[in-house]
Amino acid sequence: MKRIIILGSGTAGTMMANHLHHRLGTGEWEIDVIDERTEHYYQPGYLFLPFDIYSPEDIVKPIKNFLPNGVNLINESIDRIVPKEQYVLMANGDRLAYDILIIGTGCKIAPEETEGMLGAEWQKSVFDFYTFEGALALRNKLREWEGGKLVVHITEMPIKCPVAPLEFAFLADSFFKHKNMRDKVELTFVTPLSGAFTKPKATAALEHLLEEKHIKIESDFAIESVDNEQKAIVDYGGRTIPFDLLVTVPTNKGDELIARSGMGDDLNFVPTNKATLQSKGWPNIFVLGDATDIAASKAGSVAHFEAEILTDNILHFIAGEPLKEEFDGHANCFIETGNGKALLIDFNYTHEPVEGTFPFPGIGPLRLLKESRINHMGKLAFRWIYWNMLLKGTHIPFVSSAMQEAGKTFD
Amino acid sequence: MEKVIAGSTVQVNEEGYLTDFSQWNQAVGTELAEEAGINLTQRHWEVLAYLQNEYKNDVPLSIRKIGKSNVVDIKEFYQLFPTAPLKTASKIAGIPKPVSCI
Repeated sequence: MKRIIILGSGTAGTMMANHLHHRLGTGEWEIDVIDERTEHYYQPGYLFLPFDIYSPEDIVKPIKNFLPNGVNLINESIDRIVPKEQYVLMANGDRLAYDILIIGTGCKIAPEETEGMLGAEWQKSVFDFYTFEGALALRNKLREWEGGKLVVHITEMPIKCPVAPLEFAFLADSFFKHKNMRDKVELTFVTPLSGAFTKPKATAALEHLLEEKHIKIESDFAIESVDNEQKAIVDYGGRTIPFDLLVTVPTNKGDELIARSGMGDDLNFVPTNKATLQSKGWPNIFVLGDATDIAASKAGSVAHFEAEILTDNILHFIAGEPLKEEFDGHANCFIETGNGKALLIDFNYTHEPVEGTFPFPGIGPLRLLKESRINHMGKLAFRWIYWNMLLKGTHIPFVSSAMQEAGKTFD
Repeated sequence: MEKVIAGSTVQVNEEGYLTDFSQWNQAVGTELAEEAGINLTQRHWEVLAYLQNEYKNDVPLSIRKIGKSNVVDIKEFYQLFPTAPLKTASKIAGIPKPVSCI
C-alpha cells in the first residue's frame, strides 16, 4: 500500500484529508495525518473572544471529529522531514516513510523576534490575540480595563489574516461604545505598511472607516523594540508611540520543524509553486495554507480554494500527468467593522478588492467593499459553515476556487 | 507619465517611481534623492547598488531582508533614508515600490 502523510490538522490539513479520502477511497492509498495537538481551533474566533462575543466552547473542538473514518490521526510531535529519503522523523525516533507528503503546518507568532515584546509587560499591558491563550488573557484584561491609550499594532508582514488587526480596532471602538466609555479610550492603529491595507481601493475604504470611528493611523512604522518601562513602542527611526494597552500582532513564522528540516526561507515558509502548490524543492512534497511562501493571503479561505486545486493536482501527480497551474491567489474575507456590520472583499494575485456584488453578479446578496448588516450575518454564519462544511471538504455552493470577475466594478 | 530628471526624460508612475529601470543613471538617482531631501554619500550608493542588484535577481525586498544583508543594518538604513527607508531608497534606485506581502 502507498502512503500519503499530511503534516498538520489545522484548516488546510483537515480539508486535504477529507478531499483525498473521498477521491482516493480506501484501497491503494493509506492517508495519515500527524498533529501533536488533539484540539482543533477555529482561528477566526480569536477576533471575537477578547470582546466576549464568542466563548471558548465556540471555537475549540476535537480534531478527530473532523477527520473521516479510514484516515489515521497520529498524535505525536514531529522532529523533522527528511525529504531526500522520503520519511518523517518523529520526536520519539520513529521513521514514517511516505510516497507523497503534504505540508499544512501553518504559521504562528514569534514575539521573541522583537526586542522587549516578551518583557515584564507581556500579558500585563502587552497582548496578542493570534493565539487562544493570548485572546483569552486579553478578554480578561478588557473586562476590567478602565481606558487610556489603546494601540493596535502590526509588527511586520506577512501575517495570518492581514485584515484581523483592523477588525480588532473596529470591534474595540464598538465594544467601548457599548460600555459607554469610548470617550475614555484613545485608539491608534500602527502599521508597517503605508496605509490601512496592502491594496489601494480597499485601503481607501478602510481609512475612511478609521476616520469615521476616530481611530488614528500611524503608518510606515517598523518596530525596533517595546519599551516596557516607558510603555511605548519605538521604531528604527526613533519614532515613539506610547500605550496603556498594546495589542500587537508579532512577527509570524512558519513552524520550527521546517527550519529543522532545512526546507524554509528566513521566516520558515516553504518555497512553493504559486500556481500548482508543489514545493519547489521536491516533486512529491506539496504545501498549502499558511505554511507556503506564496504571495497570497494567509487565510482560511485561501487554504480552502487551494485545497480544491491541490486535490486535483495530487491525483494528476499519482497518475503521472502534468500538474494544473490553476491557483490564482483567490481570497475571500469578511471584515468586521463593528456595530453589527461587515465588509466583504474578494481578490486574487492580480485583481485587487473592488466594489460589487457577491456571489451572484448584480444581485448579491453580499456587497463587496461596502459595509452592510448582511455581510456581518455572513461572517457569523461562517462559523457554522466552517465546522460543518468547510473542514469536511463539502463544496460551498456558488463560491468557486478561481476568482470570478463578473459583478465587480473594475476601472 | 513622462518626467524630466537631470536632463533626461524618464517614465514614472503616479507615485513617482521609475517604470523602466534602464532609464536610470547616477544623475537621475542624485536628483531623485534631492527631491527626497537626501544628499547621497558613498554609503548611500553602496546600499542603492545592493537594492538594484536584488531587484535584478528578482529577490523581493523587505526591511527584514535588508537587516540581514550584511550590507547595512536597519538602524543605519533608517539614518540614510529617514521615515520610510525601503520606499524612499527604492524610488531613488529607480526600482519599483516594494510590494508588501498580503
